[in-house]
Amino acid sequence: MSTMLTNTQHLAPAAQSSSRRNTPAVKIDGVSKAFGDTTALHEAWLTVEKGEFLTLLGPSGCGKTTILNLIAGFLESDRGEIFIDGVPITDEPAYRRDVGIVFQNYALFPHMTVAKNVGYGLKMRGVPKAEIAQRVREALELVKLPGYGDRKPRELSGGQQQRVALARALVIRPKVLLLDEPFSALDKNLRSAMQVELKQIQRRLGVSTVFVTHDQSEALSMSDRIAVMSAGMIRQIGSPTEIYRQPTDRFVASFVGDTNVFQAERRSPSTVSVGGVTVGVRSTDVYDPTAEPVADLFVRPEDLAVADAGTPGTLAGRVTAKVYQGGYTDLYMETPFAEGSVMARLNGQDAVARWPDGANVGLVLPASAGVAFSASRDAG
Amino acid sequence: MNRSPLDWALRLAVVAVVAFLVLPAVVVVIAGFNDRAILTFPPQAFSLKWFERALTYDDFRHGFRNGLIVMLWASSIALTVGAAFAYALHRYDFALKHVLESVLMSSLIIPHFTIGLGLLMLASQMGFGRTFAVVVFCHVVIVLPFVIRSVYISLQNLDQRLELAAASLGAPPWKVLVTIVLPLLAPGLISGWLFAAILSFNEFTGSLFVTSQATQTLPVAMYNYVREYADPTLAALSAIYIVITATLLTVANFYLGLGKVLNVDHAH
Repeated sequence: MSTMLTNTQHLAPAAQSSSRRNTPAVKIDGVSKAFGDTTALHEAWLTVEKGEFLTLLGPSGCGKTTILNLIAGFLESDRGEIFIDGVPITDEPAYRRDVGIVFQNYALFPHMTVAKNVGYGLKMRGVPKAEIAQRVREALELVKLPGYGDRKPRELSGGQQQRVALARALVIRPKVLLLDEPFSALDKNLRSAMQVELKQIQRRLGVSTVFVTHDQSEALSMSDRIAVMSAGMIRQIGSPTEIYRQPTDRFVASFVGDTNVFQAERRSPSTVSVGGVTVGVRSTDVYDPTAEPVADLFVRPEDLAVADAGTPGTLAGRVTAKVYQGGYTDLYMETPFAEGSVMARLNGQDAVARWPDGANVGLVLPASAGVAFSASRDAG
Repeated sequence: MNRSPLDWALRLAVVAVVAFLVLPAVVVVIAGFNDRAILTFPPQAFSLKWFERALTYDDFRHGFRNGLIVMLWASSIALTVGAAFAYALHRYDFALKHVLESVLMSSLIIPHFTIGLGLLMLASQMGFGRTFAVVVFCHVVIVLPFVIRSVYISLQNLDQRLELAAASLGAPPWKVLVTIVLPLLAPGLISGWLFAAILSFNEFTGSLFVTSQATQTLPVAMYNYVREYADPTLAALSAIYIVITATLLTVANFYLGLGKVLNVDHAH
């Protein structure tokens, strides 16, 4: 372990030991970007703390890649200012920003060996040859590809190419590491393995990271914080738990994780009622008291319970389908109090046998596990 | 294995097409070895004397030298100018882009004699006469579309993210050009240059108008020769021509093939 530590010392970001310890790694102040008539990014405000792993999550075209390109310097913003390590870099070209980037297709230089690829950034910085060789060796050890230096990128598998791309981005000790959907080209098993490994490396080096993905489970499992985006706007920034449990925005509630939407009526700032059943809601701050009395109650499938039909305090429903998942069962139901079907995620083996298709059931809403939003039909 | 009649018919068609394309060349090459001073086929006796004459005849030697000079200048200028245009057309959107594209490609449609005649009139108006500069210019115009096409295709195969990656690693634009773009475009540039060189060296129609006795290229010299003599010298020269061009094309193809390998960065 001690050799591992000495090996990675060289890779630790230099800025970490500087006096600006509390300065955010990246600060985005009211940045906007439009392409012609299309607004790609609308007044984004965002900070990435030192050593933080921040994910930009959203569907394609939501503006997440635009933010990445703006930080990297591949695009110029129309308005606003971007700081890296406290220094405004809006007018700096990409090659003077000290940013490491890993692309979805890795973008390895096909005419160079692995070692030359990894050493490219050091060569551009005028690092002496002997030191380049040393640091390239360390970087390749870090990504578990020692001895691969003489190969060409095309001789490597997709996962190996990604490790090389990561080593190439990290070896320059970037002030911030940018990851543009780096896992989407990998098959599922390799993807999970690489996710764990990347997260370990990121922790060990303490490198501030901005990760772009449209995959919500990837975002939930890897991030310190997540910024959920749609239509060029950052909808919510928070820890994975906050994003999942306390969404402050309709879009966030429906985009991240599975959810059920019940038609509810406002009772008080912290309670709503569905079909005569009154329940508490977790996120009261999102609830606009001046709005119409109708509201939408968002309930996670694992918070929904099922009881026998007619049980007092339950909502009438009927089972339409069951999906057995091994560890749990997804029970699909229809109820007059929700648009579309409702799904409960039930643990235990008896759920399959207990609720046959077509059975009438009573839906049990959680006492205070839902979030409510003013019922606007222009959702999303 | 059983072959259906259709299969046989297809094979026959392929053989016929190949024969149709190759036979004239074969006939001419064999005629070049004729012992007698007339162009006949098949020859009665064989000799290498027409090859000797082809290689020692003064007009041909000058024409070869002139053609080489024009070829080197024209293909090099066309490569430089064409690569710049191809890059601009590929990477930037600007007003009148389609107009520029059409103008650059126009020599594919406009007959070469029109280009030659036009340049001849223009050059004499401007007092250039029939100098090498005019011949080179004429050839640049004629080969430019091929160079642009060749470089453009290479640019399409060049992933722009490679340049972005290089920039993010600290490479200023000129270093990105030297260390990433040019090495990866090299196969396209080399094959574009070779293609231009071959076209320029073989070009006749346009050259006929803009060359003089002093600047005539080999094809023009050959044309002037055949108007006076009908011996197998030209057949011998054709054979030499074919060998040289085939060699250059093989080299070009080697680089094109190599280009495909170099431009593919997915190993799986």
